Amino acid sequence: MVEINSKIEPAQTNEIQSEPRSKSRQENKMQETNQVASLASVAAQTSRAINKFTPGSGFETKNVHAWFGKHHALADVSLEFPSNTVTALIGPSGCGKTTFLRTLNRMHEFIPGAAMAGQVILDGQDIYEPGTDVTKIRLKIGMVFQKPNPFPSMTIGENVLSGLRLAQLKRSNKEELMEECLTRAGLWNEVKDRLGAHGGSLSGGQQQRLCIARALAVKPEVLLMDEPCSALDPGSTLRIEETIRQLAGSIIVVIVTHNMQQAARISDYTGFFLSDGGPGQLIEVGTTNEIFSQPKDKRTEDYITGRFG
Amino acid sequence: MITSQDSLVPLTTYSGVIPEKRELTTRPRFSDKVFRAIVTSGGFTSLIILGLIALFLTLQSSTVFRQFGLHFITGFEWSQGDPESGAPAKFGIGAMLIGTLVVSMIGLMIALPISVGTALFINYYAPDWLRKPLTIMIDLMAAIPSVIYGLWGFFILMPHAVYWAKLLHKYLGFIPIFRMPSEIYERSPFIAGIVVGIMIIPIITAITREVFSQVPLDRVQAAYALGATRWTMIRAVVLPFGASGVAGGAMLGLGRAMGETVAIYLVLNLYFIPNFNILFSSGGNVASLIVSKFGESEDFELRALMAAGLVLFVVTLLVNFLSDLIVKRTARKGR
Repeated sequence: MVEINSKIEPAQTNEIQSEPRSKSRQENKMQETNQVASLASVAAQTSRAINKFTPGSGFETKNVHAWFGKHHALADVSLEFPSNTVTALIGPSGCGKTTFLRTLNRMHEFIPGAAMAGQVILDGQDIYEPGTDVTKIRLKIGMVFQKPNPFPSMTIGENVLSGLRLAQLKRSNKEELMEECLTRAGLWNEVKDRLGAHGGSLSGGQQQRLCIARALAVKPEVLLMDEPCSALDPGSTLRIEETIRQLAGSIIVVIVTHNMQQAARISDYTGFFLSDGGPGQLIEVGTTNEIFSQPKDKRTEDYITGRFG
Repeated sequence: MITSQDSLVPLTTYSGVIPEKRELTTRPRFSDKVFRAIVTSGGFTSLIILGLIALFLTLQSSTVFRQFGLHFITGFEWSQGDPESGAPAKFGIGAMLIGTLVVSMIGLMIALPISVGTALFINYYAPDWLRKPLTIMIDLMAAIPSVIYGLWGFFILMPHAVYWAKLLHKYLGFIPIFRMPSEIYERSPFIAGIVVGIMIIPIITAITREVFSQVPLDRVQAAYALGATRWTMIRAVVLPFGASGVAGGAMLGLGRAMGETVAIYLVLNLYFIPNFNILFSSGGNVASLIVSKFGESEDFELRALMAAGLVLFVVTLLVNFLSDLIVKRTARKGR
């Protein structure tokens, strides 16, 4: 049995961020054009939301295991997600990070033969507790998928509000909500004049931001993102990364990414997953600065320096 | 120093002359030629058969159309005439066309909700172990000969259906289609419609189930991730995606219902009077007209039956054409 001590330490609270985030992000961008920034320096230059850390934020996993039929895909992951932070999950393909993400809002169980063990606790309640209304769980823990998937039968506006319809929620100020969510997703200016157009008429990056807006409309406490930029061009990726950083001010974001630069750019904490032929495990977790500058585990170091994966 | 500008002009400069388009050909191998011949003949065979049937029916029935013209379609009489008294023969299938439409529509209205519900149940609600047996059972329904459905409809269903019809008449009798000219409930279009509806359930179910199973998984998951219940997910994702398939299945079912012969012949009371009171014992459809008269008719009446067959043939083709159109129009949305 592998014991993993993965409690995130509420460290570095002295790192106080005074400047608006977007400005420092721009500076960061300029420096990148001048020199090829190493992951560590990218991680170091990105402003963090550590100062907002409040212990016991209310979202954590305890000893989570996952199976597909007889295949043990994920072993013993315990992780705490502080409020108002972005946590990136990195690791090579097949290491169980996406599986882990999908156990967090009970999407894992859609796969036939899927099973899990352990606890996922939101606001003090185990979301796998018998008798839980799973639809309410997914309202609190939203998800953005790898491939942009707006509903093609709905207009842009309808897409944003689709969650209300799907979850049968009543709201009076729908127009306001639509604008607010599209603004938070960084899409409002591009679509405000054509909310009646179909979602499919947008570009891939816009579609993905529409999906983010859609996820935000049901007011989730946590937003899970499964490689949200892997199907997008660099420009769209940048826009979505900005969006994610802005979201981190108000909700918990957990993002799976294959792009380590991206993890270094946008996340406050980083978890490294790895499978050594057996089930995937959480090898190391820490602040993004630490993981990319002085990882404690040799395997983490090998991975982030590109020696494998 | 550059002396001549010409030498710097790249070779790819556009000369301004548009060349003739080249023919793109390839020489097929022998084996390819053989295979092409086989599949081509296969493809054309059905076309030729269809064409020959249409030609045969047209030739055989041309005298009927020449004599009665449009009255053959709009007329409500069917008699061979009487050579002794000199009464002329009169053939008109208007009542049968109306009957065909009425019975098919009743059948479709009964079959469509059941089929869509069944397809949704199999795809989204049924436990894993039940899915396959249920699918096979429904496909088996299509294999039961229609004469069996007819006998079942006559002997088993009719007593119950008469009771339902009485209820409908009693409580919804103010609706014109539920009115009764006289109190005869047996062998009505309503009962025939139920039988036909049950007969077309398998085909509509099979098609809608197939379409529903093609709904992109990412859209289904997107809906669930937004806190959808199964039903709201189905309404927002599955039904918009499957609408064209449902429409197509319904049209195919309608086509089959219109051509249905033996079951209707057994269940329905054949009368050459247009009847829109679906609970009343009077009706008929073109196909059952043909099968009921075919054995005892000669010469001119036989030709009239051929003409009726041609009309049914054309109407069925039209329905199929229409279904194609509907499928294409609805397919553009929701996909």
